[in-house]
Amino acid sequence: MLSKGLKRKQEEEEEGKEALAVDTWWLGPGHPAVAHAPPAVASRSLFDLSVLKLHHSLQQSEPDLQHLVLVVNTLRRIQACMAPTAALPPMPSLPTAPGIADNLLASSDASLSASMASLLEDLSHIEGLSQAPQPLVDEGPPGHPTGGAPPSLGALDLLGPATGCLLVDGLEGLFEDTDTSMYDSELWAPASEGHKSSPEDGPGKEEAPELDEAELDYLMDVLVGTQALERPPGPGC
Amino acid sequence: MIPGIGAFTRDILWCFSQVKGTMETGTTEADIISTVEFNHTGELLATGDKGGRVVIFQREQESKNQVHRRGEYNVYSTFQSHEPEFDYLKSLEIEEKINKIRWLPQQNAAYFLLSTNDKTVKLWKVSERDKRPEGYNLKDEEGRLRDPATITTLRVPVLRPMDLMVEATPRRVFANAHTYHINSISVNSDYETYMSADDLRINLWNFEITNQSFNIVDIKPANMEELTEVITAAEFHPHHCNTFVYSSSKGTIRLCDMRASALCDRHTKFFEEPEDPSNRSFFSEIISSISDVKFSHSGRYIMTRDYLTVKVWDLNMENRPIETYQVHDYLRSKLCSLYENDCIFDKFECVWNGSDSVIMTGSYNNFFRMFDRNTKRDVTLEASRENSKPRAILKPRKVCVGGKRRKDEISVDSLDFSKKILHTAWHPSENIIAVAATNNLYIFQDKVN
Repeated sequence: MLSKGLKRKQEEEEEGKEALAVDTWWLGPGHPAVAHAPPAVASRSLFDLSVLKLHHSLQQSEPDLQHLVLVVNTLRRIQACMAPTAALPPMPSLPTAPGIADNLLASSDASLSASMASLLEDLSHIEGLSQAPQPLVDEGPPGHPTGGAPPSLGALDLLGPATGCLLVDGLEGLFEDTDTSMYDSELWAPASEGHKSSPEDGPGKEEAPELDEAELDYLMDVLVGTQALERPPGPGC
Repeated sequence: MIPGIGAFTRDILWCFSQVKGTMETGTTEADIISTVEFNHTGELLATGDKGGRVVIFQREQESKNQVHRRGEYNVYSTFQSHEPEFDYLKSLEIEEKINKIRWLPQQNAAYFLLSTNDKTVKLWKVSERDKRPEGYNLKDEEGRLRDPATITTLRVPVLRPMDLMVEATPRRVFANAHTYHINSISVNSDYETYMSADDLRINLWNFEITNQSFNIVDIKPANMEELTEVITAAEFHPHHCNTFVYSSSKGTIRLCDMRASALCDRHTKFFEEPEDPSNRSFFSEIISSISDVKFSHSGRYIMTRDYLTVKVWDLNMENRPIETYQVHDYLRSKLCSLYENDCIFDKFECVWNGSDSVIMTGSYNNFFRMFDRNTKRDVTLEASRENSKPRAILKPRKVCVGGKRRKDEISVDSLDFSKKILHTAWHPSENIIAVAATNNLYIFQDKVN
């Protein structure tokens, strides 16, 4: 059997078995009970929870895009409501993977927005890898990440002492030790996907730089081999 | 029995009919039912599960001797529709879970259905074989070739009866057209095309052509950092082959006309209800995300399901729904906890009855809810083994939201959120419903007088 990545649904079933207890600490803003709790503290707790969810979602082998978008939007909404420069009381450490909570709390909110945007952008490049060439469209190999990093971050592998915060000032520094030379080659421009009846060249397309023949041959072998594996047996008509 | 007519004078009494699936407490994840669908006549009932299997039940002929026992559903065919796959480019495993099954209208003796996982749609043909040819000249009865020198006479092969065998064969595989996860498939009323929708795109297929599809909706932004909304469900109009709707994670529904342009990035109609300021919270967007959208059989209305409500929209009025039904409003004060354990992202489906007078949807604790649009009455029922005596009438359930709990009520804090009814189906013309509760399929019928 193929090893499976983390399954969000399996975890949610296991967690859902616990009966929900009414806990005013966790009530959303706008609810009368929140009046008894400092709004900034409640918002901060939600913020941290959302960041953890985002991190966990990105650790999945293939993130659920709807879940990701909703969590990111919720994070943005919380961010917008939180006082930008107010001094926050010390937060209790959240029961998460050791080391992550402190790092996330130390990250700045401004950089988080940029990082979330970068993560979504990286998803786009990675998703483009799976595009098989489609007939009736300009033939071209699938797109590939141009210097971007895989969104599936290894749990704590990238949180070495030198890297510090997980989500600070973009992601470039976190992947210095990752060999992305194959992806940085920019051989493939992001191909137009599907059969758009109004074909357009998006502004994001990039021109392919030069490659030496050995690298090109290797990449073509990988591509041909992948297509041969992915092509299903033709059904009898 | 015409559903809906009786509802004017009496409420439907639902009785337990059958339950399919294991009684064991430990659930194998592969057995979890992920989709349920009656065919157009209601003769067949198909389920798909997380293990990629499809099980088809067939209703037995009604017996004159047992008029009180309407035809039961028995297993007709079981087959492995999708297998786990591996995307080598992305080093990702593609789940075999069946996300949706949709039947094609029957046009000959065989049955056809579409089944899909996250990436690939397949067209399956389910056919019966009850005869086999015998009396070949060049082969013996075991199929071995005969020595031509021993053949002295010629005979005409004949068809002889055999034990009924039901075969399921994949006739088409529609692959490599979706980057993101397929959430919906819908057969067009022209019976020649169908659409498949993922998080960001919708493709139109011809049943005969598997190596290409037309992209008819694309909401992927040029810069992914601008992504704030995804497609959650899509469906063709039941009668107008040019019209379809799709819903979004922001609680909006767009109706598109394929005659207007090839790429339907401009909607013809836009349905959205203004947010209620008194209910505004950090979770407003999440709970407004539409998990299912269904046209009424008449084609005049659409029904949407979000986390707490079911809404009915008139196609002629875009600014608000004409009806809103609270499914489990007692969860509104618990959204934070539900966000923490991810239950707030559960995707509940909703269904119409045959006459569009009653709508049904699932909830937690194996509860499911029905709303009569004419009488405005609603009922909460439970799918459980305890209520599984043959023809036992289901007792309405009630959730206690505060104050003193009555004897047969259940408090909100006691609800089991791991028991969720996400998938239900209603027979196209009779009061027979199928309710999927994790790995069990319950079939209920209305009481026959």
